[in-house]
Amino acid sequence: MSDITPADMPRQSGTLDHVIHVLRANPVTLIAFGMFAFLILSAVIGPAVVPYDPLATNASNALQPPSWAHWFGTDQIGRDVFSRVIVATRLDLTISVAAVAISFVVGSILGCIAGYWGGWPDIILNRFLDTIMAFPLFVLAMGIVAALGNTVENIIYATAIINMPFYARLVRAEVNIRRDAGFVRAAKLAGCSDIRVLATQIFPNALPPMMVQVSLNLGWAILNAAGLSFIGLGVSPPTAEWGIMVAEGANFIVSGEWWLAVFPGLWLMFAVFTFNLLGDGLRDIVDPRKRT
Amino acid sequence: MLAAFPRLRAILLRVAQAIPVVIGVVVISFLLTRALPGDPAVYFAGVAADEASIEETRVAMGLDRPLPVQFVHYVGDLMRGDLGQSLSSGRPVATDLANRLPASLELTLTALILAVVIAVPLGVLAATRPGTWVDHLCRVVVTAGVSLPTFFTGILLIYIFYYILGIAPSPLGRLDFIYLSPDHVTGFYLIDAALMGDWETWRGAAKQLILPAATLALFTLAPIARMTRAAMLTALSSDFIRTARAAGLSNRAVLYRYAFRNALLPVVTTLGMVFSFALGANVLVEKVFAWPGIGSYAVEALVVSDYAAVQGFVLAMALLFVALNLVIDLLYTAIDPRIGFDAQ
Amino acid sequence: MLSVKDLSVMFQTRRGAVDAVRGVSFEVAKGEILGIVGESGSGKSVTSYALMRILDAGGTIKAGEVNYSGIDLRRAAERDIRDIRGREISMIFQNPRAALNPIRKVGHQIEDVLRQHARATRYDARDKAIAAMEAVKIKDAADRYNAYPFELSGGMCQRIVCAIALACDPRLLIADEPTTGLDITTQKAVMDLVRDLIRARDMSSILITHDLGLAAQYCDRLIVMKDGLIVEKGDPVQIFSQPTHPYSRKLVDATPRSGASVRDLLPAENRAPAPRILPSGQPLVEVRDLVKTYAGKAGPVQAVKGISFTVNKGQCVGLVGESGCGKSTTSEMLVRLLDATSGQIVFDGQDIAKTPARGFAKDPRRADIQMVFQDATDSLNPRHSARQAIAEPLRRLGRMRGSTLGTRIEELAGLVGLPLSLLDRFPHQLSGGQKARVGIARAVALDPKFLILDEPTAALDVSIQAVVLNLLVDLRAKLGLSYLFVSHDLHVVRLLCDHVIVMKNGEIVEEGPAALVMSQPQNPYTKSLIAAAPKPPERAAVIDQLETTDAQHSAFHDQRAS
Repeated sequence: MSDITPADMPRQSGTLDHVIHVLRANPVTLIAFGMFAFLILSAVIGPAVVPYDPLATNASNALQPPSWAHWFGTDQIGRDVFSRVIVATRLDLTISVAAVAISFVVGSILGCIAGYWGGWPDIILNRFLDTIMAFPLFVLAMGIVAALGNTVENIIYATAIINMPFYARLVRAEVNIRRDAGFVRAAKLAGCSDIRVLATQIFPNALPPMMVQVSLNLGWAILNAAGLSFIGLGVSPPTAEWGIMVAEGANFIVSGEWWLAVFPGLWLMFAVFTFNLLGDGLRDIVDPRKRT
Repeated sequence: MLAAFPRLRAILLRVAQAIPVVIGVVVISFLLTRALPGDPAVYFAGVAADEASIEETRVAMGLDRPLPVQFVHYVGDLMRGDLGQSLSSGRPVATDLANRLPASLELTLTALILAVVIAVPLGVLAATRPGTWVDHLCRVVVTAGVSLPTFFTGILLIYIFYYILGIAPSPLGRLDFIYLSPDHVTGFYLIDAALMGDWETWRGAAKQLILPAATLALFTLAPIARMTRAAMLTALSSDFIRTARAAGLSNRAVLYRYAFRNALLPVVTTLGMVFSFALGANVLVEKVFAWPGIGSYAVEALVVSDYAAVQGFVLAMALLFVALNLVIDLLYTAIDPRIGFDAQ
Repeated sequence: MLSVKDLSVMFQTRRGAVDAVRGVSFEVAKGEILGIVGESGSGKSVTSYALMRILDAGGTIKAGEVNYSGIDLRRAAERDIRDIRGREISMIFQNPRAALNPIRKVGHQIEDVLRQHARATRYDARDKAIAAMEAVKIKDAADRYNAYPFELSGGMCQRIVCAIALACDPRLLIADEPTTGLDITTQKAVMDLVRDLIRARDMSSILITHDLGLAAQYCDRLIVMKDGLIVEKGDPVQIFSQPTHPYSRKLVDATPRSGASVRDLLPAENRAPAPRILPSGQPLVEVRDLVKTYAGKAGPVQAVKGISFTVNKGQCVGLVGESGCGKSTTSEMLVRLLDATSGQIVFDGQDIAKTPARGFAKDPRRADIQMVFQDATDSLNPRHSARQAIAEPLRRLGRMRGSTLGTRIEELAGLVGLPLSLLDRFPHQLSGGQKARVGIARAVALDPKFLILDEPTAALDVSIQAVVLNLLVDLRAKLGLSYLFVSHDLHVVRLLCDHVIVMKNGEIVEEGPAALVMSQPQNPYTKSLIAAAPKPPERAAVIDQLETTDAQHSAFHDQRAS
C-alpha cells in the first residue's frame, strides 16, 4: 500500500498509561496534582487530625505569634489559627465544588440545546445570559445572597448562577462549531438520533476546554465565596472560613499581628493557585490528541 | 437609507441591543428586591422596626399590591431616579450613590489605566520574546494575579508599606484629615485638586490612592496580560505576517502596524470581562482601605440590613457596567473595519 | 542568478529536531521559471522560506550556501536581507485572503512596501500603489485601493498579493502554492497573469506546487522533492516522459490527465486489470425539480434551482462545479441530511424527500443511502478510534454486537485495505489515506445501494488520491454500488464516472456521457472548465517529440560521421 505509516507511532496506550505519561511529561502538572491531593486530604481528614478545637477560645493565650505550640499563632480570642485554617478547607472546597457542579450541569444542558438546535431557544438563552453578564458578577452574587438570605446554600446558588453563563457560552460555541462537522453528519447517516449525536459525538469533544474552565472556575468560586464572607455575607462567625478569618485578621494588621490574616490568606491563595495549575494538566489528560 | 452606511447601522444596532439588556437588568433587580424570603417589608423596614413601621413600609412601597403592579411602580420610581430611602443615612439612595460614585470611579479608572499601561507592553514583550525572562515574568504575573484574593493583597500591601516600611499613609479613605477636600468640580480629587492648583492636596490624594489602585491593578493585570500575549502570538503566526516579512517591511512595522493592531481586537473584547472583575473587586478593595465609594456604602448597608441601599447599589453597578460595555463595543467597531459587513 | 548548495533546514519541535530539508542544491537562471514539485511534507515550502530567511519559529538553516547575485543570503545581516526581501526577491502565498492584513486597506498595504523600499514618498505613494494594482490587471484600481481584504474575492486578493510582491520590481518571484484554495477558472487566470508578468519583466521565478500538471504547464524546469531531498531534476517533458526516480514516476503516473484510465494512475506494477462494470438501465435515484432556498439577509437565496437527473443502478454519475454552484447542497439533500424546499427524490420507487431529514435516521432506507465525506479528518470523531467509527453504523442500524460486530469490522478493514493493526488508533494517529479508508469502510459497512462521494480525495496528496480512486472503482464492482461523485475536478470525475452533470449557480448547464462531455463540451462554461484544467504534456506527444529530437541527433551524427 502506498499510504505511509509514520514509523515512530506506538500503539494506542490505555487511559492510565496516558495519565502517567502526561504527569511525567509535565512536572508542573504533577506538582499541581500533589497540591490538589493535599487539599482533598485536608478537607477529608483535617477536622479529625488538627491539634486544637477550631472553636475553642482561650482568652489567656490570645494574639500569640506563631510558635511550636501554635504553628500559625492564635487569634484575638485565643483560637489556634492553624487548626482553623485546615478545618476551613472542607467548607470552602464544598462551596466551590458544589457551585461549579451546578453551573457545569445546568450550563452544559442549556448550551447544548442552544448550540445544537439554534432558533428561539438560542435567542432566549442568549438574552438571558446577556442579562446575567450585564451585572458585574461579584456584585450580582452580593445582590443574590443579600436577597435570598445569609446562608451557605445561598452562597453556593449565587456562585453557581454567576458562573453558569461561562459554561453555557462555551458549550454553545463548542457544540455549534461541530453541529455540521463531518463526523456528526456521518453519525446521523449511521442512524444516530439527535440526542445520541449530541451526547456521544459532540459533547465529549467539548470536554477539554470545559475541564480548563472547571478548574479555573473552582479557583474563582473559592475567591468569590471568600470575598462574600469577607464583606459579611454567607458564612457567619465563629465558623472557620478563610474569608472571615482574613476579614477578622485585617483589623489587627495595622497593629502588626500579621499572622491572623496572612495564614488564612495564604491558604486561600494556595487553593486557588492549585486549581489554576490543574487546568492545563486536566486539558492534556482529557484531550485524546495528546495521546501518542 | 441606512443600508448605504453599514457601519453606522452596526453602531445603531449595537446601541439598540443595549435596551433589552437594560430591561433585563431592571427585571432582575426588581425580582431581587421582591425575592427576599418571608416578608420583604420586614427587611426594608430595617432591623429596629416595629409592627407599625413595617406596615408603614409595606404600604409606602406598595408591597400590598399584586406583583405586576409593583413592577410598574418600581419602573416608575426608577424613571424619576428614585431608588428608595436609605435607612442608615436617611437620605435617598440615589443621592448617596451619586455622592459616592466619583470616589469609586477615580479608584477603578486609575487602577485600570495602571493595569493596561503595564499589562499590554508586558504581554507584547512576552509574545515577541518567548522563553526569555520577560516571558517568564509574564507567566508568573498572570498566574499569581488570578490566584491572589484582592482583599488579601490589599491587607498585605498595608502591612508592608504602612506597618513595616511606614511609607504609605494610614489606609483610611481618600484624603488624610489634615487636608481639606478640594472644591467639588468632577468629584475626582486628583483632577479637582489640579484644577485648583493645590498640589499639596493633590499629593495627599495621590498617596492615599496609590495602594488601593495598585491592589486593584494587580488583580486586573493578569487577564489583560494573558490575553495580550495570546492575541499577539496568534497574530504573529498569521499568514499576513509572513507576507509582510517577505515584502521586507521593518520589524517595527510588522510588529505594530500588522501584528499589534490585529492583536488589539481580542484584547478590547476582554476588557469587558476585566471591567466586570474590577467593579466586583472594587467592593472588596474599598472595604479594606475604608474608601468612601459606593462599594463600601453597600457593605455598610449590608451590615445594618439596609436593603434598599444594597439593591440600589446593585442596579447602579449593573447600569454602569452596561454603559461601559457599550463603550467597549463601540470602540471595537471603530477599530475593526469588518463590523457591519457579512463575511464573504 | 540564484544558487543554492547543500541547503539543510532543521526544526526544533517538542519531539526533538526534525530535518525538513536535507542537502538541497539547485540554481535559478535569469528569466527562468523553476518548478519545485512535491507532496505535503516534502520540504518544498520550507526551502523557499529558508531562502528568504522567514522560517517559522524553531526553524534554522543548519548548513548550505544560498547565493543571490553574489550576495550570501544565509550570512547577510538581517538589515541587508530585509532590503532584499520585496525589492530583489519577493513572494506570493497560498490562501491569499489570509495572506493580507485583515484590518488594513489593501492600498495601504501596497504603500507599506513601496515606502519601505523608498520607491515612493508620502506624496506619490497613493498613485504608485494604484499603478501597481493596475499592473496586475485590477480594474477600477482607484476604487479598490480603499477596500479591505474581506471585501474582495479570493482571486482579487491574490492579485493584491501579487501587486505587493511586484510593486518594487523584484528580480525573482517565489510563488508558494499560489492557486491552492482558488476555483479552477480563477486558478488559470492567476497563473496566466503571473506568467505573463514574469515574462514581460524578464524576471526569474520559483513556482512551488503539489500539482505536477500545473508545474509542467508553466515551468521551464522542474525539481521533484520528497522528504526534504531532491529526487529528480529536469525539464518537464523529460520528467513526464522518462521519469528516472521511482517516486517521480509514481507522481507522474498519479497525475490525472486526458487519455489515462483510473488504473493508469497507479504504479505500473500495481495495475490489476480494471473491473468491467455494466450499469443497468434501471433508475435507482430520480431527482425531479429539486429546489433549495435559504433565507438570506437580503431575501431568500436559491442555492439549487429546480434540477432533475437520474442515477441508474450500478451507474457512477459525476456532479461537477465550482464552489457555490449548489453541488454540496444537492448531495446533502440526496443523502437526507437536509430538507428540500420542493421537488422529489425518488429512491427505489419511493419519494424519500417526503420523509423529513430529522426523522430519516430511523428510516428503514437509512442504511441504503450513505456518504463518503470530503475531509477525512473532519469526518472522523477525534475521540473515537477507527474501530469505533466503523462500528457506529453497524451497531445503530445493523444491530450488531459482540463477536459478529468484531468480525464484520475486520472484514470491512480488509475490504478497504486498512491493516487490522491500525483499527485501534485514533484519527490523529492515522495518515490521510488511512483516514480516507476508514471513512469508506464506514460508508459501505451496511452494504448501501447508493453512495454519495463528496470530493473524497480533495484533501489528499495525488499519489494517495490515485490509490483511493482505484479502491472506489474496485468497491463499486465488488459491491454493485451506484455512485454520485461530487467534485470540482473534471479530470478526476472522468476517471470514475459514466455520466457527468455540470452545475453552475444552482442549475444544470450540461449533462451527458462522461467521454462525450469531456471531448465535445457544448456549454461555454463546461468549455472554460475543461480549458482551465492544467495540461501536463501528453505522453504520446512527448514520445513523438523525443523521437524527432533523437532522429535529428542521429542525423546530425550521421552527417558528422560521413
